[in-house]
Amino acid sequence: MSLAQLQHLSKTYALGQLRVQALTDVSLQLQPACFTVLSGPSGSGKTTLLNLIAGIDRPDQGDVRIAGQSLQQLSDNALTDFRARHIGYIFQNFNLLPVLSAFENVEYPLRLNRTPAAQRRKKVQELLDAVGLADKSNHRPNQLSGGQRQRVAIARALVHQPLLVLADEPTANLDSQTGAQIILLMRELQRQQKTAFVFSSHDPQVIASADHLVLLKDGHLQSPQPLQEAV
Amino acid sequence: MIALALRNLWRNQRRSATTLLAMMIGMLSILLFGGYSRTVYYGLETDFVGRSGHLQLQRKDYFWFGSGDPQGYSLQNYTELVTEIQQDPVLAPLLRVVTPVLQFGGIAGNFDAGLSKLVIVQGVDVEGQNQLRQWNDYQLAITPELLSIDPAAPDQAEIGIGVARMLQLCTQLALKDCPQAEAGSAAIDAGTLSADITALAATTAQQSSQTSRDQTGARLELLAASTGGAPNVSRLQINRAVTTGAKELDEVYLAMQLKQAQTLLYGEAGQRVTALQIQLQHSADLELARTRLQHLIDSRWQQQPLEVHDFQTLNPAFGQITGMFSAIFGFITILISAIVLFTVGNTMSMAVLERTVEIGTLRTLGLRRSGIRRLFVSEGLLLGLTGAVLGTLLALLLASLINQAGFAWLPPGSSNPVPITIRLWGEHQMLLSISLTVVLVATLSAWWPARRAAQQDVVDALRYV
Ligand SMILES: Nc1ncnc2c1ncn2[C@@H]1O[C@H](COP(=O)(O)OP(=O)(O)O)[C@@H](O)[C@H]1O
Ligand SMILES: [Mg+2]
Repeated sequence: MSLAQLQHLSKTYALGQLRVQALTDVSLQLQPACFTVLSGPSGSGKTTLLNLIAGIDRPDQGDVRIAGQSLQQLSDNALTDFRARHIGYIFQNFNLLPVLSAFENVEYPLRLNRTPAAQRRKKVQELLDAVGLADKSNHRPNQLSGGQRQRVAIARALVHQPLLVLADEPTANLDSQTGAQIILLMRELQRQQKTAFVFSSHDPQVIASADHLVLLKDGHLQSPQPLQEAV
Repeated sequence: MIALALRNLWRNQRRSATTLLAMMIGMLSILLFGGYSRTVYYGLETDFVGRSGHLQLQRKDYFWFGSGDPQGYSLQNYTELVTEIQQDPVLAPLLRVVTPVLQFGGIAGNFDAGLSKLVIVQGVDVEGQNQLRQWNDYQLAITPELLSIDPAAPDQAEIGIGVARMLQLCTQLALKDCPQAEAGSAAIDAGTLSADITALAATTAQQSSQTSRDQTGARLELLAASTGGAPNVSRLQINRAVTTGAKELDEVYLAMQLKQAQTLLYGEAGQRVTALQIQLQHSADLELARTRLQHLIDSRWQQQPLEVHDFQTLNPAFGQITGMFSAIFGFITILISAIVLFTVGNTMSMAVLERTVEIGTLRTLGLRRSGIRRLFVSEGLLLGLTGAVLGTLLALLLASLINQAGFAWLPPGSSNPVPITIRLWGEHQMLLSISLTVVLVATLSAWWPARRAAQQDVVDALRYV
């Protein structure tokens, strides 16, 4: 059984008078513990698709089902709670909370899930260790390098053991060496935690490491039957 | 949540500081004015309560018609009433002074100069009256003006400086700033005086001349209508002319011994007064005392119709002045509240705008709209709390500095100069209510920006640059 089903997703944005068709009839299955890469040129609809899967945006048509739950049917609060419990999100610009330390940033999703303090501490420590930042736990984001920030963001996205981690061009703001390390780290953690990852990128390094490649162009799916699906 | 709000405020220190400063200055102006109003209230209250007591027991309707007919509207058996009040189990512990007063209109004449003047006479028990005037429950830095009448000298009296001026007694009383009238006008006045009165005055003058010849000061004759309407005259020895602070009052004021006044009005057997002045230890007991007096009026004292009035009814100026201060205070409070509303509102709007991406991030991570709203509202609340605490401290500090500087002024309707003091220390109710207002307004003004933050579309917020 697949982890997520995207069914006939379409999304249009209004840009002033103009209507931009960001996605057109996208259907896709995502498997558990699978590293999926979403690729395509800039403006092809990668972010839009990730946002629909993450449940921070709603499609004009179609539905997203994650672990059998239709996101369309959830109220705003229920959808928000669903995200808190089951989704991890890694942003292109890291989007750490500047007033919180690395530790507190990683801890935040656990607070949203009302995890007990002792358990939180243990879990955060574990994740900071895993991303190699145990010694930076008291640092604020502005005291960290770009790569370190993205590591904190990865720890934050994984700390509550979500079903699905979404990452929108997570290496786009990093130099290629750091980017490569980040991809390696994510690949490793994904295998350890057996979490499904969906990744948008046009970085060849990233594409090369994919279990499952999805190509987007002008909002259309280019490879409706990718390699892994057939297996 | 509070820690997060605090850190976010700390993040933009300069803006938070500016907002706090605006709130502090606002609170400062409200509180300094409020503290000053307290001083004025207490000053006025001390003055009025010192002059007329907290409550006055009068014959029913004396308040409306009494000064036209002090005989008809007088209290009988007043010494018994005084005793009953002093021994009443409810009233006794509240009481400070109960003293009788006989008030009536008369004509004061300097018949040597052929001058006369309408006066309002207070026949008082000098000791009781002086005790009354020493009420200072608010510990104000004032020295009460006492009567200059010697309780042992039955014909001694004091007048207002206006009376002294009109009767041209300034030289005798050694008054400064007292213009002398043209000689001509006095002569005309002398001519119009009734021969009867002159004669009457002359007889009385002869009678009392032996006792008062050796004294300094001035003499005047007081003419009043006695029981039955016949005119009667009392010869008075004036030691001093006083100022009450109000020109109108200075021109009619005459205080004399109660015994002498009663004799003038009712003859030797007269045992009546127009009011009993009742002063309590503390103004807070006023309603309790009034209720008890009303109860006594309705139950024990039914042989004569009585009523009780408080000093605010007896001195409408008190309500007018305090009302004016309250109105200004209310106006300042509203004005400052509006300023706080816009300042905090503006600060929070800017914070929301700056942190748009952060809002999108928090929502993506799974914080509900209500959580976003709470975040910004608690920042407003925190700003308000900090502003309220700092504003209160600043106001207390400045108030104590002003109090130590020691300025003084003469409030309207008052006879004693009052030091300009800002009374904040101990005014818990005012400090608390103003602080609460500021906190509430700050929280409220954060509400709209917070709502706007919460209503934002997540994707739009994330894409915001
Ligand atoms: N919130 C939005 N408002 C208006 N237009 C948008 C919005 N989001 C995306 N678009 C438009 O939709 C198209 C797809 O955008 P996006 O999903 O961001 O592509 P990608 O992430 O692949 O670069 C682009 O043309 C973009 O301009
Ligand atoms: Mg994008």
